[in-house]
Amino acid sequence: MAEAVLIPPPMRPAASAPAVTTAAGPARLAVAQLTAWYGATSGVRDVTLGFEANTVTALIGPSGCGKSTFLRSLNRMHELVAGARVTGRVLLDGHDLYAPGVNPIQVRRRIGMVFQKPTPFPTMSIAENVAAGLRVGPRLNHAEREAEVERALRRAALWDEVKDRLHRSALELSGGQQQRLCVARTIAPEPEVLLLDEPTASLDPVGTGRIEDLIHELKREFTVIIVTHNLQQAARVSDTTAFFYLGELVEAGPTAQLFTAPARAQTEAYVTGRFG
Amino acid sequence: MAHRTSRRVIGALMTGATYGAAALALLPLAAILAMLILKGAGSLNWDFFTRSSVPLGESGGGFAHAITGTLIIVGLACAIGVPIGVGGGVFLAEFGGGPLGWLVRFVADTLNGIPSIVIGIFAWTWIVRPMGKFTALAGAIALATILIPIVARTTEEMVRLVPNSLREAALALGYPRWRTSLQVVVRTAGAGIVTGCLVAMARVAGETAPLLFTALGNQFFSTRLLEPMAALPLQVYVYAVGPYDEWHRQAWAGALVLIILVLTLGTVARIITRGRRVSHG
Repeated sequence: MAEAVLIPPPMRPAASAPAVTTAAGPARLAVAQLTAWYGATSGVRDVTLGFEANTVTALIGPSGCGKSTFLRSLNRMHELVAGARVTGRVLLDGHDLYAPGVNPIQVRRRIGMVFQKPTPFPTMSIAENVAAGLRVGPRLNHAEREAEVERALRRAALWDEVKDRLHRSALELSGGQQQRLCVARTIAPEPEVLLLDEPTASLDPVGTGRIEDLIHELKREFTVIIVTHNLQQAARVSDTTAFFYLGELVEAGPTAQLFTAPARAQTEAYVTGRFG
Repeated sequence: MAHRTSRRVIGALMTGATYGAAALALLPLAAILAMLILKGAGSLNWDFFTRSSVPLGESGGGFAHAITGTLIIVGLACAIGVPIGVGGGVFLAEFGGGPLGWLVRFVADTLNGIPSIVIGIFAWTWIVRPMGKFTALAGAIALATILIPIVARTTEEMVRLVPNSLREAALALGYPRWRTSLQVVVRTAGAGIVTGCLVAMARVAGETAPLLFTALGNQFFSTRLLEPMAALPLQVYVYAVGPYDEWHRQAWAGALVLIILVLTLGTVARIITRGRRVSHG
């Protein structure tokens, strides 16, 4: 399975970043020497990591270890905080998302994100919420939009529960349903990568189970990266796991290996519950 | 035991005091309403709403010209002031962190504190005098000047109530900043913004001083924006200081209509805020 390793640049121009590859070949999304700054301090330091297409990568680590900051650097959300900036490279299919002239808005359309707390737009109906995701894409007529809304809701495993009340307020849904609505809204415009920032942190076990099932479905179409506090969840949903500690990437590798035979003592201490 | 009793007594006294204070706060409104109904309701009839002033010596006549005038002038003031006020408020809440935001906020607060008669003189100096005549348009601009800072500051407060998680959600979808502000943030704050506009409207509908120097008032029915126009508060003023009992009765009725208009706006604003909450999660 996907093991993130840094391989020295083969035949590349000197100016370009080192190629980040995974065991399965070149990474879909490759991060090289990424450091995320808040003013003069760094939340994440010098991370190099590759993400393979159609896999789920879990980012784990204790609170404040920088895993969420790292995630927000991937779709250029980090820089929205005043004084925040990023150095290093993030390559999507080989193109640097931080190159001069790259529009962060376009980046966010290719790399979708779902947050810890469900964030349905409160004044919009269920259908309008999903359509809000489509609004950034090409213009659609009414029938096309309805079809796309249905498709996104089906893919988010929510359609059967809401098909009779598409025009009711999104706030009438339960927390778990709201979170799947946010997934539908995020995948409607067809991003390539899906970032999930502790998507089940505010949900009950049933809602959590639904989202985890959904993640298994979503990886067929997307490259999924999930931040989670829950080690069991990481073990259940991910193919690859990356362990962050104090702003640094300690270890990354196939999930089974990282949990059973970690290479580093720190990782072992964390996954066996000795701290965190 | 004695301890417990005294605690209860103090509790009852304090509760009583808050009820008393609430009653005292309500008393002026109740007194004004009662007075207006007592003195004005008798003159409210079909003619009052359908006829304008009649020449001296004739009896009857009504306030149709003044009611229409108030609706036109306040409507025009809103058409001018609401877009500017809402736009300014959104700017303050979403982009107003820098020195420009500070300046706009300072100017709005100062403008809010300026006596309305000064606004009237301002409009007279810059609009009425250059145009060479009193106009309804000048009155609307004077009222809009009062309206803008109120609308801007309430809009700012309402927009600030929108949780940041919604902004982030929109930005993460690939919305540009301006679209996030307009299509998600302002929409979420919509009910609160409308309420703020209604409250501001109610406030300017009763303004008299700025209109004295601008719309001037008119004994005849007129809908022309570039001519003097009657308005409820102006007509009440003229009739109240006039020497005839008939005028006095009509002035009371006009004041009653004005306060009903203001109360209605306030009530509608209340209902809107109660119906749809801005808060989320």
